[in-house]
Amino acid sequence: MGASQSTESNLTAGIQRHLSKIVVAPSFAASLFFVYGFILWTGYMAFSKSRMLPVWDWAGLRQYERLWQMERWHVAIENLFIFGGLFIVACLVIGCLLAVLLDQRIRAEGVLRTIFLYPMALSFIVTGTVWKWLLNPGLGLESAMHDLGWTSFKFDWLINSDMAIYTVVIAAVWQASGFVMAMFLAALRGVDQDIIRAAYMDGASLPRIYFGIIIPSIRPVFLSAIVVLAHLAVKSFDLVIALTGGGPGYSSDLPATFMYTMAFQRNQLGVGAASAMMMLATVMAIIVPYLYSELRGGKKNG
Amino acid sequence: MADIQTYSHDAGWKNVVLRGLLYLVLILFALYYLFPLIVMISTSLKSLDEIREGSLVSLPRVITFDAWNYAWNEACVGVECTGIKLYFWNSVKMAIPAVLISTFLGAINGYALTKFRFKGANIVFALLLFGCFIPFQVVLLPMSQVLGKLGLASSTSGLVMVHVVYGLCFTTLFFRNYYVSIPDELVKAATIDGAGFFTIFWRIILPISTPIIVVSVIWQFTQIWNDFLFGASFASGANAPMTVALNNIVNTTTGVKQYNVDMAAALLTGLPTLLVYVLAGKYFVRGLTAGSVKG
Repeated sequence: MGASQSTESNLTAGIQRHLSKIVVAPSFAASLFFVYGFILWTGYMAFSKSRMLPVWDWAGLRQYERLWQMERWHVAIENLFIFGGLFIVACLVIGCLLAVLLDQRIRAEGVLRTIFLYPMALSFIVTGTVWKWLLNPGLGLESAMHDLGWTSFKFDWLINSDMAIYTVVIAAVWQASGFVMAMFLAALRGVDQDIIRAAYMDGASLPRIYFGIIIPSIRPVFLSAIVVLAHLAVKSFDLVIALTGGGPGYSSDLPATFMYTMAFQRNQLGVGAASAMMMLATVMAIIVPYLYSELRGGKKNG
Repeated sequence: MADIQTYSHDAGWKNVVLRGLLYLVLILFALYYLFPLIVMISTSLKSLDEIREGSLVSLPRVITFDAWNYAWNEACVGVECTGIKLYFWNSVKMAIPAVLISTFLGAINGYALTKFRFKGANIVFALLLFGCFIPFQVVLLPMSQVLGKLGLASSTSGLVMVHVVYGLCFTTLFFRNYYVSIPDELVKAATIDGAGFFTIFWRIILPISTPIIVVSVIWQFTQIWNDFLFGASFASGANAPMTVALNNIVNTTTGVKQYNVDMAAALLTGLPTLLVYVLAGKYFVRGLTAGSVKG
């Protein structure tokens, strides 16, 4: 009886296993088509003669050549480096500092944490709208400073083509630094108390405990945070649109806004597709090694 | 945790000064994060005259809700002057089905991938996961053609489909990681009792999934509500979601610039996600950290 029961349950288990495949199949098929299929599709479009309408005529590397000959694309790439670099560094510094400060048995920690993190719940369009108002040269901070008596104060970055990209950094740091704080705080809470106590007994000062023991031991979180922030930076689109619209002119364009403009406003489908492929390559260069090491590391840990 | 009080070699008064400084710095940072919100609220409650005369940081002398009323009922998005309420409902009609469908699919995928593992389940999961990380620019052009062919261009149903398709990887990730930690014995015992795949899912797995369902719903809702790229690319005119409408209102170049209306519209757009954050912040943070990269 035991044997027949086990073959029966083997049989049902077999059916169940198929059910499991059937259940996952639609999502998997959707992903194959809408993610992988579309990437290939865009990849092909970048090799086609497509301009106003998608066409399938092969053009080789022509679209990529045109892309890299465009002054506007070079501006977008340069802006990505400026924006990405400053955004990542500022978020890490502020996030880490806030986490360490909050980790001092602070009385209203919950309230402060909520305040530091709430911008992350907002749409980048909302953030862009607010900062556009705050940085408005006529009525924003500039006039507020004038009213306070600081009449020589000048802040026109929003309409200054050399400085517009920095306003995007300011707003983006405001939005995302609290998130980095949350990541670091979680890591700080996981640091082994015994090691800290031992160092203290040995006479180590608090700054030495932080720089010598705690911060090195949460190094993996730095890497995670950098990857998340870099990923956010490459994908940044909404904030630029809402804050500067890529302007003045195209001085604060990023690759994401460049792609959108080419594809949907300038009738340059081929160039748009080529720029999208460049963005994909950038993100993959950041994410794939990271995911690979994460998944391998995860296996090692159990 | 390594705090000044516990780990200090210095005299007591020095620590008191340090702690005072600590609170000062934290409060200054809190003001920095709150400042835009305060300005947004105070500007939205001022009249246009007061905005022009007064300063950004001054509180409204006379509180008026005219700007809120105007933003909700009358503000012009393009040539349509129906207020932002139309677009608010567009976003609601888009977000609710998209959140529910993607969460449900994520739950059943996560269940199937962990509790009834088939050969290649890990590869399937890895391939699904990849979708979380692509910059969406790479799918925009094919998607607009496919939506056109399906007759879903510029429609809310089209946007629902897009958000479900690209939200799946996140929801599957959430549920898969949650179910991995649930002991397999639970499922095995039920199988021996004769319960089938779906019975176990409905009766045993779903009832213990409440926390991760909350995480997934909040994450998806925030993502979809705040989305601008898909909305701007695939839905124009009267079917646009709220973020697109807000951007249109703010960037209208015709007529007098109504900053108070802009701020009211921005607050209205931000309110639903802010509310979710205030009510369920813990789950929001969990989604953020799980959804960010963790594989």
